[in-house]
Amino acid sequence: MKGRILSVVGGMFLLTVCSKGDQGNAAAAPAAPPSLAPAPAAAPAAATSAASADGGTIAGKIKFTGTPPKVPTIDMSEEAACKAKYPAPPKEETVVAGAANALANVFVYVSAGLPANAKYQAPSTPVVLDQNGCRYHPHVFGIMAGQNLEIKNSDPLLHNIKAIAKKNRGFNVSQPNAGMTRDVTFSAPEVMVNLECNVHGWMHAYAGVRSDPFFAVSGADGSFSIKGLPPGTYTVEAWHERFGTQTATVTIAGTESKTANFTFTAK
Amino acid sequence: MIHSLLLMALVATQDTSAGKQVYTKWCAGCHGDNGAGEGPAARHMIPPPRDFTGAVYQIRSTASGQLPIDADLLRSIDEGLPGTAMPGWKTRLSDRQRRDVLAYIKTFSTFFADTTQRPQVLQFGKEPGGGTGAEALRVGRQFYDSIGCRKCHGDQGRGDGPSAPTLKDDAGHPIFAANLHENWRFNGGPTTSDIYHRLRTGLDGTPMPSFSDLIDQKFLTETELWRVAEYVRSLSPSEPPVVRDVIHAPLVTRVLPSAPDDSAWNAVDPYWFPLVGQVIHKSRWFAPAVTGVWVKAVHTRDSIALRVTWDDRSASPDSAWLGHIGRVLATVQSDDSTREQPALWPDQMVVQFPVTIPTGMERPYFLMGSPSGPVYQWRWTSTSRDAAVAGLARGIERFDSLPRGAVGARAVYDHGQWRVVFTRALASPDTASQLPFRSGRAIPVAFFASDGSNGEHGTRTAVSTWYFLALDEPVPARVFISPVLAMVLTLGLGMLVVWRAQQKTSYRRQQ
Repeated sequence: MKGRILSVVGGMFLLTVCSKGDQGNAAAAPAAPPSLAPAPAAAPAAATSAASADGGTIAGKIKFTGTPPKVPTIDMSEEAACKAKYPAPPKEETVVAGAANALANVFVYVSAGLPANAKYQAPSTPVVLDQNGCRYHPHVFGIMAGQNLEIKNSDPLLHNIKAIAKKNRGFNVSQPNAGMTRDVTFSAPEVMVNLECNVHGWMHAYAGVRSDPFFAVSGADGSFSIKGLPPGTYTVEAWHERFGTQTATVTIAGTESKTANFTFTAK
Repeated sequence: MIHSLLLMALVATQDTSAGKQVYTKWCAGCHGDNGAGEGPAARHMIPPPRDFTGAVYQIRSTASGQLPIDADLLRSIDEGLPGTAMPGWKTRLSDRQRRDVLAYIKTFSTFFADTTQRPQVLQFGKEPGGGTGAEALRVGRQFYDSIGCRKCHGDQGRGDGPSAPTLKDDAGHPIFAANLHENWRFNGGPTTSDIYHRLRTGLDGTPMPSFSDLIDQKFLTETELWRVAEYVRSLSPSEPPVVRDVIHAPLVTRVLPSAPDDSAWNAVDPYWFPLVGQVIHKSRWFAPAVTGVWVKAVHTRDSIALRVTWDDRSASPDSAWLGHIGRVLATVQSDDSTREQPALWPDQMVVQFPVTIPTGMERPYFLMGSPSGPVYQWRWTSTSRDAAVAGLARGIERFDSLPRGAVGARAVYDHGQWRVVFTRALASPDTASQLPFRSGRAIPVAFFASDGSNGEHGTRTAVSTWYFLALDEPVPARVFISPVLAMVLTLGLGMLVVWRAQQKTSYRRQQ
């Protein structure tokens, strides 16, 4: 279920260059973001040329080797309303590891190989980014350029949402009240756009902005799956906020399913 | 059509080449030849110079995320950004030069050439009436709390909120939440209207967000947000403080107010002195956190009390600021070959006098004296709040404490502000090295402040130049009586003359 939630959207082709993740800083980690669910569901329907269910699939598992880094516990003592939402003090999400060193919150996308002239329509369903318990849900997500990102505050206290980007316009807006929402869109593909709250220095989220729907985020078990790919040879890149990037080359012919596993080195 | 396009292209080329000349001469030293904010001087500054390549600008009249309009950029060029190293250029460059350089600056980012970017000036409306009344300020304060301003700017607005130590700009450089008591240092201008505009637009590239959504989504009315701006404005003096060179210490007949919050201080005049980074001696310091001191002084027949008040976002040492210290040291280039490791340094205040009151114009070297010309100092450190050490400094790196230096100190730290009272007997048992205080002479005085949580210690400190301290004597009664006597006498004489003249007139008539 979780793996599927994070899986990719169907769609068409295009894409081109793909800016590589320029960053290595930050914190991230998963935590079963329920809010991501609508996005994958919506995207296939919106695709203008149909690869949809007929296409090929790239799926795999992501893990890491080495000692899992120590992830600090978040001090929420300044925010009683957030602290109360956790039975035990939560940890930062820079590295979220599952059983057998499975690595969650890895953004996996097709960085090269799609036809240069392909165009994909952004789904009309928004991706929802929820600020709840002084954390972002989801922590890492993919979104198409032009697709709505609905940012909402479920906490009864001030969050500011700052986007730091290079190819897109960054912004910084405040949501001091529970129930506030703000819709934003990104215009250009960029891996990744950083989102952060300056009131709560531990709050970071990462958006992988793509002009095609072929991306996924690994779930708690480290699995991901990108569906609906037309035949072709693709470069698949996996990005993790702490461990950097890995790439693989995968050739798809027809409706087959190919496996691409990634192994990061803990650092 | 084609001709006019060509003409436009030509004009544009001319503009940016002229702008490039101005830029290279006046701007590149900080902002860098390629506009990335990496000029030779950049690594000495916090905040660092703007990186023009991202087209992210703090001071705009447009919504957060949008480009600024030309008038916004021109304003920053003309007026500079108070509280930063960016000066105003209105008086240094011609109108043409400033417009040319503006056009050139825009070429550093592709966003300005992107026709899908359409910056829209926000509708700010006019300030509602009644903004300075008690009720308006109460409402402003209420929303200051409820919309979370205090998270960064602090309960009393001195930039000492719980999130303050973690703040970074977009590039990860350390950044202070503004001290709202110093509106003359606000990047976007000091007025209520300036503050309101910043609340609406946010300061892009910094942690300060836009609060426009509160109005758009009907959580707050425009008037209520104006009240927040008015409350913030009310925290600063109505006019920026003016430096008066001589601190007058009146004579008090009751006991010396040795506690920082003794009510006797309320009746004493404050004097403000600006501090700047110590940039003379290695290692230099261009990013001081303490921007000035407020000083009050009184004396009795046998003792003097000097109260120094300054805003400091942290009572150092405070481990919450360790990350900030690390960012400061990583951002500012050191004079030394090796970069210092962050540590939990204390805060420090130094009050400096000459060893004896000079008879002529000559005073010891202001920067803590010299080997041959020492200065007499009181040194207070936050790790020992209710004590101070008197001693002789012989240059910035040598301080010898005096064994019989009987200077007392008491300090409070209160919501981003230190208030420290120094006390000492006027007379000195050791007149050779410890200044005897006396009235009738202007006594040179200088101040040095370090914020340990900003990585400051040793030569990394904020300094003032020499000012003066005067112990006022009560004005003798004759000063007041003489003019009255003179007036009475003049009046009496005048009346006498008139009376005599009238006598003569009536005498002649009778004849």
